[in-house]
Amino acid sequence: MLLIHCPYCEMERPEVEFKYGGQAHLVREPQKATDEEWTDFLYFRDNTRGLHAERWRHAVGCGRFFNCLRDTVSDKIAATYKAGEPRPSSP
Amino acid sequence: MTPEVVRRSVLDGRPLPATGRVKAYPLPFATRLNLRGSPDVVEPVRKAFGVAPPTQPMGSASAGERAALWLGPDEWLLLAEENAGDLMGTLTSALGGVFHSLVDISHRQVGIAIEGPGAARLLAAGCPLDLDARAFPVGMSTRTLLVKAEIGLWRREENFFRIEVLRSFAPYVARILDLAARDQG
Repeated sequence: MLLIHCPYCEMERPEVEFKYGGQAHLVREPQKATDEEWTDFLYFRDNTRGLHAERWRHAVGCGRFFNCLRDTVSDKIAATYKAGEPRPSSP
Repeated sequence: MTPEVVRRSVLDGRPLPATGRVKAYPLPFATRLNLRGSPDVVEPVRKAFGVAPPTQPMGSASAGERAALWLGPDEWLLLAEENAGDLMGTLTSALGGVFHSLVDISHRQVGIAIEGPGAARLLAAGCPLDLDARAFPVGMSTRTLLVKAEIGLWRREENFFRIEVLRSFAPYVARILDLAARDQG
């Protein structure tokens, strides 16, 4: 089982308390988006090999969404950070 | 004829662990309020409730029969003895100008005490957290899991935990604790 550092609880917590929430840092701007951009937002996601920024929720804990940099090959988590914070440049 | 209204606990008649090392027992009915808001709610609640909601992650604060447990950065559980009067009204007025949410969840949960030198070991049978007193010290409080049930876990003393269980999950949790205690002898 992975131990994931929750940036709100400020503690490593067991993976079973978390839910995966998909790719992070997507911006929802329906007023500004062209049809193509809106389609991208709704239906298409990156399929990264390597570090992937993604949302997680500490569902059975503080309940908060936060972001996580995870290597999709090794499953190693490089960083977790609060929602709204920018993606760390280099882990 | 006035019908008689009797409040029964969902745990009535359900076996709970009672071994030489650990015993579990239902705690009395309590008033429970779920409070959400920014840290601006802390001061008004401290004045009206007598206990300040902790801002330290996984923290708790208590005084007498009242306690405030940290659930998240903007969420707390306020616990009081059952006859706390109109706590909801008092706090609603105290929080007058402050953006917040306050919900009475008194009947949603039941409290179970787990007490004795084997308390942490009993919980470890179904809880994925490290319950060693160095990793989970006295006063720490959090939501977590007990096998498949979501629980609130609060370490009040080294060998005394209070768990808060959703009412409908209480029979399951009682059964899990009882089975684990039998396994552990």
